Amino acid sequence: MATVYNLFIINKSGGLIFYKDYGSAERMDTNDSLRLASLWHSMHAISQQLSPTIGCFGIELLQADNFDLHCFQSLTGTKFFVVCEPGAQHMEGLLKVIYELYTDFVLKNPFYEMEMPIRCELFDLHLSQAVQKERVFILGR
Amino acid sequence: MVEVSLSAFAFLFSELVQYNQTQVDNIAELERRLEDAGYAVGARVLELFCHREKGNRRETRLLGILSFVHTTVWKVLFGKVADSLEKGTEHEDEYMISEKELLVNRFISIPKDMGTFNCGAFVAGIVRGVLDNAGFPSVVTAHFVPMEGQQRPRTTILIKFADEVSHMMSLLNIY
Repeated sequence: MATVYNLFIINKSGGLIFYKDYGSAERMDTNDSLRLASLWHSMHAISQQLSPTIGCFGIELLQADNFDLHCFQSLTGTKFFVVCEPGAQHMEGLLKVIYELYTDFVLKNPFYEMEMPIRCELFDLHLSQAVQKERVFILGR
Repeated sequence: MVEVSLSAFAFLFSELVQYNQTQVDNIAELERRLEDAGYAVGARVLELFCHREKGNRRETRLLGILSFVHTTVWKVLFGKVADSLEKGTEHEDEYMISEKELLVNRFISIPKDMGTFNCGAFVAGIVRGVLDNAGFPSVVTAHFVPMEGQQRPRTTILIKFADEVSHMMSLLNIY
């Protein structure tokens, strides 16, 4: 039971810096994931302008028939979003945890260049642990 | 004992590594620069801790100074004593301090194309600074040692004492 289908991290210019697939029905190839990321980046920016309420920072939740999309934008403009099964709980919390892992294992890594694709072993390791824990937590309830 | 934010130190150390990367052409030089930075720290650490923690007692024995590094220096710098101190089996004057993961390496992932480079060279420099200034000249290096069944390798600080040390020890007939 994969509550999380995939995870995207996009930098402030809309480029995809991290993509992980956790068991969606079809595997996306790299070009498709890049395209999706920039699509979401544009939609997120447009929604900020279109919003009838003032002080809106962009789309946080998109609900469709077959999936939900939760998005978290940091103060620096880096966006973390997960595509998960409809009605999945605790995705906000998971996104915050992933953000913390990003600040720890990506930003404190001297070999990581800002806005570049993430290639940090420790980040991957802790990320899979966090998603695994999330899965166990859901199953346990 | 004052505690410093780990994040603050991690960012500062990350900048130290990045700055040195711009100044060198190859990995060996980068390692040497980190070691030299650590050496300066080690020299000062020896004076300070001897005075503050040990009441101005100077270590004259090999095992004494090693235990000082493994226990006191580690405890004050990293908040805990080192995981283990072992004597090398192959050579007489080789000792190893091992840690599951060095504090300085906690957030660092070495890219594959950097081979065996270890930012723990900074810590190796600190140890060399302490030993050198205590009168035990040595060559100290940091290595990753892969462990069975563990995802991440442990780190070993290898200390190889110079010939004059073992000569002096055998003359004095003490270890």
